[in-house]
Amino acid sequence: MNTQLYQPLQGSDLLLMAPELTLVIAVIVMSIVDLLLPRSINRSWIGGMSLIAVLVSLGTVIWTLVDRYQDAIAGHKVGVIELLGGSYRIDDFGLLIKVVLLIGTALVILISIGHIRESDIQHRGEYYYLLLPAVLGGLVLVSSADLITLFVGLELLSISSYLLVAIRKRDRRSTEGAYKYIVLGSTASAFILYGMSFLYGMTGATHLGQIAEALAQNADQFLPLLYLSMLLLLVGFGFKIAAAPFHAWSPDVYEGAPTPIAAFLSVVSKGAVLALLFRLVFHILFGFQYADGLGYLSSAGAFINEDVSLILLSIAALSMIVGTTMALRQVKVKRLLALSGVANAGYLLVPLGLNIFQPTAWYSSNFSTFWYYLIAYAFTTIGAFAVLAMVCRGTEHEELKSFAGLYYRAPWLAVAMTIFVLSLAGIPITAGFFGKLYILLGAVATHALWLAIIMMVTSVISFYVYFGFIRHMFMRDCESVSHLQTAQPQSFELESEVGLESPKGHVGPVSFKRIHVSVASGAVVACSAAAVIILAIFPNELMTWVNTLLSLANDIYAAS
Amino acid sequence: MVPWLTLLAFSPLVGVLLLSLVPHERVKLLRCIGIAAALLPLLLALFIYTYVNVGGQGSSLTERYNWIAIPLNIEAIQPYVQSWSFEIDYHLSIGGLSLPLVVMTAIVTAMAAWASLTIKQRVKSYYIWFLLLEVGMLGVFMARDLFLFFLFFEWTLVPMFFLIGIWGFAKREKAANRFLVYNGLGSALLLVAFLILTATAGLSVRGEAGAPLHLVYSGDLEQMIRQLSDAQSFVNTLPGPASSFNPFYLSEAWRTTAFVLLLLAFGIKLPIFPFHTWMLRVHVEAPTPVVMLHSGVLLKMGAYGLIQFGVALLPQSFVSWSTVLAIIGLINIVYGALLAYVQKELRLLLAYSSISHMGFVLLGIAAMNDIGMQGAVLQIVSHGFISALFFLLVGCLLERTGTSRIDELGGLAKRLPFLSAMLLLAGLASLGLPGLSGFMAELLSLLGLYGQLPWAAIVGGLGIILSAVYVLRGVLAITYGPLDMRFAQLKDTRAVEAVPAVILTLAIIVIGVLPAVVTMPVQQGIEHIIHIIQAGR
Repeated sequence: MNTQLYQPLQGSDLLLMAPELTLVIAVIVMSIVDLLLPRSINRSWIGGMSLIAVLVSLGTVIWTLVDRYQDAIAGHKVGVIELLGGSYRIDDFGLLIKVVLLIGTALVILISIGHIRESDIQHRGEYYYLLLPAVLGGLVLVSSADLITLFVGLELLSISSYLLVAIRKRDRRSTEGAYKYIVLGSTASAFILYGMSFLYGMTGATHLGQIAEALAQNADQFLPLLYLSMLLLLVGFGFKIAAAPFHAWSPDVYEGAPTPIAAFLSVVSKGAVLALLFRLVFHILFGFQYADGLGYLSSAGAFINEDVSLILLSIAALSMIVGTTMALRQVKVKRLLALSGVANAGYLLVPLGLNIFQPTAWYSSNFSTFWYYLIAYAFTTIGAFAVLAMVCRGTEHEELKSFAGLYYRAPWLAVAMTIFVLSLAGIPITAGFFGKLYILLGAVATHALWLAIIMMVTSVISFYVYFGFIRHMFMRDCESVSHLQTAQPQSFELESEVGLESPKGHVGPVSFKRIHVSVASGAVVACSAAAVIILAIFPNELMTWVNTLLSLANDIYAAS
Repeated sequence: MVPWLTLLAFSPLVGVLLLSLVPHERVKLLRCIGIAAALLPLLLALFIYTYVNVGGQGSSLTERYNWIAIPLNIEAIQPYVQSWSFEIDYHLSIGGLSLPLVVMTAIVTAMAAWASLTIKQRVKSYYIWFLLLEVGMLGVFMARDLFLFFLFFEWTLVPMFFLIGIWGFAKREKAANRFLVYNGLGSALLLVAFLILTATAGLSVRGEAGAPLHLVYSGDLEQMIRQLSDAQSFVNTLPGPASSFNPFYLSEAWRTTAFVLLLLAFGIKLPIFPFHTWMLRVHVEAPTPVVMLHSGVLLKMGAYGLIQFGVALLPQSFVSWSTVLAIIGLINIVYGALLAYVQKELRLLLAYSSISHMGFVLLGIAAMNDIGMQGAVLQIVSHGFISALFFLLVGCLLERTGTSRIDELGGLAKRLPFLSAMLLLAGLASLGLPGLSGFMAELLSLLGLYGQLPWAAIVGGLGIILSAVYVLRGVLAITYGPLDMRFAQLKDTRAVEAVPAVILTLAIIVIGVLPAVVTMPVQQGIEHIIHIIQAGR
């Protein structure tokens, strides 16, 4: 354990924190330059600059991972590197999650570059240099090993997100959404703080390793308090990831937020908090008796693991059910995707809740399935939001109707959206299907059959929801939602000989609103669609990589 | 070695590629490409049929490549296990049951592509989805890995959704949704059942005794069958004392759960009685060439899956539940026949008749012996051709008269002699006239069942009589009687329409006269399954 309270920050430590520091520097430079530049100068370049910052940060993360992978292959695995008095850890868990967060942010920035116009958001500079601290909060969140650092990261992420939701100042829905988000988000933060205070009270420590160790020794004395603290934390984090029954804010907030920000909330924000929850649950609640690695439970302490597991899985099941059933009658696309995010939070909670300590199973691949689903979900959702941003541009309502006849207006966009929709619904051959398959395998291997069945049944209900997009894109006319008038497949005249008739192949209306596909948004859609397919067909390399890097015992349990 | 099976399964993609290069105004060219692309797999399938049957003498083609291999975390079991992975193999094989079904699929699909000349709108996307559907159907009948099978099985939903939803009749979107949700539910349950089996019987241990083990989870069918029939394997070893638990033991409760899930999953597709409502809508609302595929091939995927994956994997469960299967089969037969009798719409009559005929497949399976199983497979193939022929003719009828309601039609034999004759012929095949394919199939199913459950076979025999009643009522009402003035100017079938009808009829007659063309390749696959059953008994 680390008893030294103050460790000077070394130069080499700075290198380890390069991903975070890159973002910090970029934010400072961008905000100062934005402040000093006269108003008349166009600020479009700020988006490009923030994209570069995120890509540099992503590069350093990947570089570190490759380095660690080569070490792991060579046989001398680099363990956890602790910085800043043990409160910050560089480990494979954090790095792998950071890859997803940074890729997600980069794509969101690209959508923003294609989507955000001066007329829409007056403060484009602010918009971009608020996105960076938000993702920075996410990075801090998944790397922190101390309750204080963790909370700082969480609030950095949350407060930046509040601002981003509210950034369309003149829009009433935006203000309303932001208001709801701030009130509920702060309440959730309060819950989390309250839960943390009990943890501190019981153990006298804020460092996760020390908490786990202290709980391992004295948990029996504080069981009621431990449960209380755990419940408070789960409620708080449940709000942050929009899991049912704490999801009510998300449709309103997504609807109010600019489309790229809704994508950011549903992928980066949700992913970061889920990853943190993963670490907390495994580190403190599942692992508190095993400071020295994995092992099987003695019967005395098994029940708290079982309870935590059961509560997490129940929240997961409830989120799937609520998310899909509420989406059934939803016609507003952003609200629909928000509810889809609720259901997906449920799917992502499953690997968190699968108890690897029960003696009935040998299964412990929770992290790799979680990671795979998260990255599949990230590409799918961001792709869908990118299409949405283009399709709904200029339309007031942002309803499913605006997708009507998309196939005639922009066939490739419709094809890409079909891929995203299939992936969300979990139909082969897409990453969404394999993500669900791997999670399901875990659920069945740990004998949680009830959960597997709920998962599958809700994903079938979601077929109806997601195929609504396909119905509109391919089967409806774009001017009215009524059925195609011309579609009477049976011709009554036999004389109209095959091929002699006038070409009727194209039923689409002649006059329709063109969809402007900007280079940046088009690139996002193309990349995401390709990624959804490639992840599905060639997962081997990537998953081997993840599996070699990550070790539950080293990356999650290792006490300082 | 030429990967014939991969070529066969993905040959329709050649057509997809060509079609996507042709502009959508060139309707005639698009149709030619579409039909040619559906003929390509037919030629390949016929070639493979002769290759396997004549050249290899019962040998079967197999292709196998490693596809997905996901490492699993082993930290919870570190000292004992060195590696653990989840694998999905690209494993195609055409032995046994698959061969006749693949040929049937290729023939029916090619004929349906031909019949799709009635499609007038959005021809390009129609043929693209049509061919993508064919890839799924061919893959389903050849896959030998549970998950590969599932991929193809589930994939068929997407093209079907488009084909029904875009080119269907008035209530097409509703029918497409109904189709999607019911079949989605079926495949969801199927996946859970497959995962239960994979999480237990799918485990294989590689490596020497004493050394750290290499565990593999895989969905490989043959290996799973081996594991399940091996008393020494993990699956069948009861957990000992607490110190040596076995998480891979397939307990009786799990076995039953897996069986029920499989039965429900394939039962929805088949369909069995309470889950049939979706297919009625599809029969009425989908364009007729698509119904040819749906009724001719897609419903058969349920029956095929039940035999190839259900009976082969869990023979004991099927033996102990055989009475239930027989009862479900009888309900299907009688319910389908009675409702077929009261229908006023020809397409609905045929839909209910499909339910009734699929009941015989269940009876054949319930027999759990050589003859019954032969009958079941023969019925699958025979009904595939018969219903495809029926809907081909219904398509011709609809194009001329605009209706397929029995009470509006009548006396068509005068104006449309060829069409009426073909309709009558299909009807006779359907009611089981000796010499046509339906007869042998139903006879064998009942014969097989008679040895096990005589009462069920007798009630089932009643079904044949009922089918004669409803088929003749429907067909005769259309072909004979007074001719409506509206239809006085109708013209009989053109040659271009007649060709697929003649080919399908030929297939029906060939199977009726020479059932060995189906049963001979099947025998080998069946023997394998029967062997497992007898070992289990």
